[in-house]
Amino acid sequence: MTGPLWEQVAGMAADVMGVDASTLDERSGPEQIQTWDSVQHLNLVLALEAQFSLQFEPEEIDQMTTLGRIAEIIKAHQGSTTTG
Amino acid sequence: MEVWRAASRTNEMNERRTDIDRWIGQGAIAEAQAGLSELLSTEGLSNATAAFSVSRYEKLRPHISLIPYRVAILRSLTVEPVVPMLRAAGFANGLDLTVHLGEFNAYAQEILDGTSALYRFGPQAVILATETRSLAPELWSEQGDSGTDGWEAVIARVSQQYRDWIKAFRQRSDAHLILHTLAPPLSPALGVFDAQSDSGQQQALEELNRRIRILAREHRGVYTLDYAALVARQGQENWYDERKWISMRLPIAAAHLPRLAREWLRYLHPLSGRIAKVVVVDLDNTLWGGVVGEDGPTGIRLDGEHPGAAYRALQRALMDLTRRGILLAIASKNNPADALEVLEQHSGMLLRPRNFSAMRINWNDKAESLREIAAELNVGIDTLAFLDDNPVERRRVRTELPEVIVIDLPEDPWQYAGKVRDCPFFERLSLSEEDRHRSEYYAAEKQRATLETSCVTREDFLRSLEQVVEISEVNPSTLGRVAQLTQKTNQFNLTTKRYSEQQISELASNPDCQVWSVRVVDRYMDNGLVGVAITRSEGPTCEIDTLLLSCRVIGRGVETALLAHLAEVARQGGKTRLEGRFLPTKKNAPAREFYSSQGFDVVREEPTATLWGLDLESGAPSWPDWIQHRAPAEVTT
Repeated sequence: MTGPLWEQVAGMAADVMGVDASTLDERSGPEQIQTWDSVQHLNLVLALEAQFSLQFEPEEIDQMTTLGRIAEIIKAHQGSTTTG
Repeated sequence: MEVWRAASRTNEMNERRTDIDRWIGQGAIAEAQAGLSELLSTEGLSNATAAFSVSRYEKLRPHISLIPYRVAILRSLTVEPVVPMLRAAGFANGLDLTVHLGEFNAYAQEILDGTSALYRFGPQAVILATETRSLAPELWSEQGDSGTDGWEAVIARVSQQYRDWIKAFRQRSDAHLILHTLAPPLSPALGVFDAQSDSGQQQALEELNRRIRILAREHRGVYTLDYAALVARQGQENWYDERKWISMRLPIAAAHLPRLAREWLRYLHPLSGRIAKVVVVDLDNTLWGGVVGEDGPTGIRLDGEHPGAAYRALQRALMDLTRRGILLAIASKNNPADALEVLEQHSGMLLRPRNFSAMRINWNDKAESLREIAAELNVGIDTLAFLDDNPVERRRVRTELPEVIVIDLPEDPWQYAGKVRDCPFFERLSLSEEDRHRSEYYAAEKQRATLETSCVTREDFLRSLEQVVEISEVNPSTLGRVAQLTQKTNQFNLTTKRYSEQQISELASNPDCQVWSVRVVDRYMDNGLVGVAITRSEGPTCEIDTLLLSCRVIGRGVETALLAHLAEVARQGGKTRLEGRFLPTKKNAPAREFYSSQGFDVVREEPTATLWGLDLESGAPSWPDWIQHRAPAEVTT
């Protein structure tokens, strides 16, 4: 996955999980990344909410099992026009 | 356009991170520190930026100067995501915070149980972050109805809980305690009728908060944080996130979590002593709009209209800081004549030359000007805050003098005043008379310095000061100032032991200890309480635990007078020896030679200190004859 939205999601996940952004792809999730526990999951959710000025539904937060899913959920919130 | 902006923003964010990691790798500590400060100013304290910053500060920690401080947070809400924000902002501000989190909603047990993890942690400050919905659910929920008895029963129950907690806490800990007050519900159960009725929820909460504030004032080291006001500044509808309250017990929206961290820091700065004593301001485009050298004194923007009014708002904020005992100084690259014409004569100026304790208006490097100002005012360089609209000057000061507190001014001058008012380095939790009049003291000091150069000999000068010194035992009215002096005095301080009001009060009631305060009056003014000594009886020896003087009165013989007093009291108490330690710090070089200059001999070298001793039978320092000694009752305020 590429594009500015992906760059932002991967950049924030890298910051929160303490890993290098270049090691992340759309399948990255708690399974692959050791530091991705429930506290860091909440931190990532909050970072994304503040960055994109939105609030996720509790169901969406539960569905965020990979970075690819996260990018899709944000895209759905934003509509298709602004994400390129 | 949208795409391009997002992409360039991401690139910029990545570049900043790459630069920081490269500087850390190269050991360029000051650059890495400056980069991290700028990163936090630009991006704000998001969970991502905070996590990145904390991990990089952890690497820098051994190489930079930080004040360690231990904070416990007891809570009725999820605050885990706020902790990295608090630590990141703390690191950027020179504080190394160790944070202990209480269990969710277990604050009452943790306070009441003397063996709880809270007390084992050994906190220096404890924050009790509670919300109305958990403490007084009747006053929060939609079923809120006082019935016929009014809310008195709820108010009495909750305020009694606070009373019990404070009492239990004080028996077990001398840490500072910060209590969140209780915020009102989004809309009262009775709608607009709530305000008409004398049993409304809003009124009941106000009464409860009033009682909590009174309880806090009745106890030393207990403070309130106005949580309702913090919420109100953002608006309740923005602040709360009910979805996350239900699913994660996190009631605050993501965008506002950094504000809670920053509000806590406004308390932790004054408590840990990480404070600014002087604000050094730039002139052009900071105190006024435009450049006086180019626009001329009549061309600069400084009036009641836009944008001049924004600069006047900043001047008003700076004026307010002087009432907290913070001094103002100028570091400006300008022709002195141009700048002084505005300072002295421009009708829009609220601040005048007399409001500035030091001025450097020249073409020198600002880092050099800051060094000179610190030396002139006798304060540590790490107590200077620097306010300049020019990011290049800020970066220069950050890398040249990493200890200086650099305030990042936003581009919009309308935000200048708010930035200064929100700055945690300027917060104080107690204000003494000395604080309120500090800038006048410095004005008098300038006159005194003029006199010194005109006097023939040093002794003539000291005589001409007509000093009167009063040394008395600490009492309830001087307790606060005495504790403050132990916390803030760095230079003439033999042991640099920091004591809270609570600890001073305990020392004063210990029969083996004596706590002395020193007041100095001279021909110019009453300097107020400017010195402290604490002694402890050890068999035939009187041991000096603490001896300090404010830098305002160093070198005028007051230190000798204080030692002569301690020797006299010790002798009257049957002691034969006076002993005291010198513990060197980065800042107390002015005190290094003190004991040797007073005839003390080295008893032994210890790992972190030198122990000095004096035989009282063979001699003792005598009271300088140019200082008048007054009994406490004769000098009153």
